[in-house]
Amino acid sequence: MCGLCGIFGVAEHWTDGSGYSPAEAQHRVAVGNEVLSIFGLRLAEWQGRFTLTGPTGGSAVVDNFGVLWPSAERLAGRLCDPLDPEVVAVTEKRAGRQ
Amino acid sequence: MNDVWSAPITANILTGFLGSGKTSLLRRLLKQPVLSDTAVMINEFGEIGLDHLLIEAVDDDVVLLDSGCVCCTIRGDLKEALMRLHARRQRGEVPPFGRVVIETTGLADPAPIVATFFSDPMLKYHFRVGNVVTVVDAECGSANLDLYEESRRQVAVADRLVVSKIDIAAKRKTAELRKRLARINPTARIGASSESDDASAALLTHDTHDDATRLNEVSGWIKASLSAKAHEHDDDDHADAHHHGIRSLLLSTDKPLDWAAFGLWLSMLLNRHGSSVLRAKGLINVVGREEPVVVQGVQHLIHKPVHLERWPEGVPRTRLVLIVRDLDEALIRRSFNAFMRLGTRAPLDQEALSSA
Repeated sequence: MCGLCGIFGVAEHWTDGSGYSPAEAQHRVAVGNEVLSIFGLRLAEWQGRFTLTGPTGGSAVVDNFGVLWPSAERLAGRLCDPLDPEVVAVTEKRAGRQ
Repeated sequence: MNDVWSAPITANILTGFLGSGKTSLLRRLLKQPVLSDTAVMINEFGEIGLDHLLIEAVDDDVVLLDSGCVCCTIRGDLKEALMRLHARRQRGEVPPFGRVVIETTGLADPAPIVATFFSDPMLKYHFRVGNVVTVVDAECGSANLDLYEESRRQVAVADRLVVSKIDIAAKRKTAELRKRLARINPTARIGASSESDDASAALLTHDTHDDATRLNEVSGWIKASLSAKAHEHDDDDHADAHHHGIRSLLLSTDKPLDWAAFGLWLSMLLNRHGSSVLRAKGLINVVGREEPVVVQGVQHLIHKPVHLERWPEGVPRTRLVLIVRDLDEALIRRSFNAFMRLGTRAPLDQEALSSA
């Protein structure tokens, strides 16, 4: 087994039979912050779960990436839409065109 | 405790528009020895009687989850009927069936039925969702697709499409219908209700849950998707894309994807557009992992990802098919590419990950 299932929230918990490691947690936080910073949000690991902090200091605890977005939208005060042309343009700029 | 009691029960959804021939197909399926341990749930008793030991009737009753999302509606009655049937199985009142087939009404959208299995921890524990089989009538199928959103949805979420009544429909009509079905849902295998008994049984028994058939299943999606893509410009008047907004797109890349970035992107897409992503099916080449990962879902519900023992085409390559309605294909592609590139910017301690 690997840590795949936790992403979509199909496991009961990140650590349940997933072989989820601290290194993987650290990496997910780093990737999460690359994505979430587009919406002014910050992600940190907290006891096998995550804390999400908004631009005005509000925060929420989320179990996994699959259930993160409703909290992200509430804290960011905007929709987190990957098909919003503005979001796509900002992401392209950050990722660097190839 | 032996396997019969501990293994999850496979739940198949059999759908199709009014008069498409669902019950005729079901009656044939139930005669196959390999499907002898099948229970059946139907929510309308049709004209064709089913002589089967395990039949439960379900009434129509749709419950909306707290989120209020249309694709999150769950069937409260179905949940209760399933749990009731399962309890009878546990008490030994009915044989220990290993499969349940849910035959929907002709006007049903199968998505809430799939959602029902994800909505409840007990159902999730005891059942797993197998193939969704959609029957389409060769004579009236195309007209139904033109007129009814339900019919288009039934085709879009299918794992298997069965064309019925080909003996009474003109050959050209059947051929055109098959082309149209492949355009709407390039991941589904298309068969005919007149196929052999073995082929019919495979509609239910061959799926990605089964280690023995998984590779073949996924190879089938990929071949069908590539073939559909190759022919997508053959017909300029693709009615389902132009008039009904339903289209399928294939996202493909040779570069390994960061799993966290992919998960964030797909979950963000489904959170915002879940009701417009009718189906997602793909094989993902994940950074740091040799074996491919199979991802599939209906609307915003993603099944538990599973591994495949090897790459069907021999080379690692991500292929994700999305069947969407009213979403901008070019934006989806740009978004996918940008977010996947963003994912590779984060530091990755490959050694630490692979030793985990």
